[in-house]
Amino acid sequence: MVNLSVEFCGVKFENPSVLASGILGVTASSLKNVVRNGAGGVTTKSIWLEEHPGHKNPTMLGTDKWFLNAVGLSDAGAAKAVEETFPEYNKNKKAPIIANIVETSAERFAKLTEQIDKCEPDIIELNLGCPNVEDAHGKPFACVAADAATVVKACRDRTGRPLVVKLTPNVANIASVAEACAKAGADGFCAINTLYGMAINIDLRRPVLANKSGGLSGPGIKPSAVKAVYDIYRATGLPIIGTGGIMTGEDAIEIMMAGARLVGMGTMVYYRGAEGFGKVVKEMVEWCDKNGVKSLEEIIGCAQEA
Amino acid sequence: MDIKKFDSRFQVLEIARIVKENSVTKTFVFNYSLGAKPGQFVMLWIPGVDEKPMSVAFDDGKEFWITVCKVGPASEALHKMKVGDKVGVRGPLGTCYKFSKGEHIAVVAGGYGAAPMYFAAYEATRKGCDVEFLLGARNKELLSYTHKILGLDNINLHISTDDGSAGFKGFVTEILRKVLKEKKIDKVFTCGPERMMLAVGEIAEKADVDCFMSMEKYMKCGIGVCGQCAIDDTGDLVCRKGPVMKFDYLKKLPELGKYHRDAQGKKHYY
Repeated sequence: MVNLSVEFCGVKFENPSVLASGILGVTASSLKNVVRNGAGGVTTKSIWLEEHPGHKNPTMLGTDKWFLNAVGLSDAGAAKAVEETFPEYNKNKKAPIIANIVETSAERFAKLTEQIDKCEPDIIELNLGCPNVEDAHGKPFACVAADAATVVKACRDRTGRPLVVKLTPNVANIASVAEACAKAGADGFCAINTLYGMAINIDLRRPVLANKSGGLSGPGIKPSAVKAVYDIYRATGLPIIGTGGIMTGEDAIEIMMAGARLVGMGTMVYYRGAEGFGKVVKEMVEWCDKNGVKSLEEIIGCAQEA
Repeated sequence: MDIKKFDSRFQVLEIARIVKENSVTKTFVFNYSLGAKPGQFVMLWIPGVDEKPMSVAFDDGKEFWITVCKVGPASEALHKMKVGDKVGVRGPLGTCYKFSKGEHIAVVAGGYGAAPMYFAAYEATRKGCDVEFLLGARNKELLSYTHKILGLDNINLHISTDDGSAGFKGFVTEILRKVLKEKKIDKVFTCGPERMMLAVGEIAEKADVDCFMSMEKYMKCGIGVCGQCAIDDTGDLVCRKGPVMKFDYLKKLPELGKYHRDAQGKKHYY
């Protein structure tokens, strides 16, 4: 039988499935529930320095093919992470935790990195590419390679923990942004954040999301995610959390073949519930056993050679 | 993929009728059936304002109702809407109250919990159950649904008000103690403020009667994704495992009757 464990930036994961940021990540209880259901690791909802309100509803809707959200990164701030979420999660910790953080300037990002570093997360993930906070704070950092690199450099100085950059696909060349981040000291990447999207209710003749536009995820975006992971791997060779449209074990295998070392899943929860993590892991085991794969090292990035 | 199951887009419906229940509560009627069962909820989109979870107050296969108390900006905006105005709806969502023919059920409603409890009583009496309807409010003016409840067969209505302006003077839980002592009750259903429901659950447990309650936690998406309504410390989602949940399960949670979380996930103690 295949051994699904992988090492990512020196952190050991029992299996490569990881809860993506923004889903079921409000409380430690919720994160622990995801681990109980089979996830190899979890990512917190984006943490801000201070409390952040997010957008009004509607914030989410979907179909069998796609999902759209504009939650607007609501969060209670670093104080809750420091006092409640991490201490609770770290009690009888069963799987690694990735702290996803977001801020509006390199300086604030650096200050937040320092605070979150003390929470002892296994990895810190910089959310440089959320499409839903653009109006309030200017374009996402990850849209401009130099801006992304500035943030990475500022945070790099404040933590010795693995630093992963979550990248947006809404750029001309995601690989060049990744290269700039790598030069600035990033240890790995998470790709992709959501694509831009909008849904209009034709009976009401208005956009459904209160924020009007939002982030597109779900089954339909998988090819975009696979392509981005393929390009980032080729450009940097650094470890990648491949995320975007992954719903099944076979989807997970596919994005790993493009170069992903971990597989992030968020919208999958809409279709399969938190139980979906266990199901995806089981499907990965079945595929590997059927195809004689003993270790995931055999498949990570293997499609690059084709 | 199951196309219909995964379609969480809104259905747009016109308000067909509006009924004033009391000074702060109105019922909105839609000429449409969701196929909802008692205890289930819908996400109601008030265009340009907000979208909120609302209990279904009635659904008979022809029309459904929601009964809404003015408690904040969204419900105030809804109260200003008129017949013919359009809202978006998705649902029915969540779990429901279950009963079998011949059961004797006590439903305990606090304040605007009257509406969903009426729906449970309506369905239960139609299926051949006897129902003790315990209705509590702060005062006479805040009682609602009394005439509709009295219109049901096989029902006993027990009213309590905190100030004694109608029915028994005191809490509805005191009536429950008495009813459980005097009658053979098979199940207790309750909907109202969380600390009232906690008291109801404890009283039912002492009498060795199963109790089911409508949990109300801050919800954002209502469709199992955002994690906002996850409860401590199981992490279960109220929108998926609830809102109707058994007291046996809920009583083990550290948060029942103690705190809830806001839109940012921050704890607030009751």
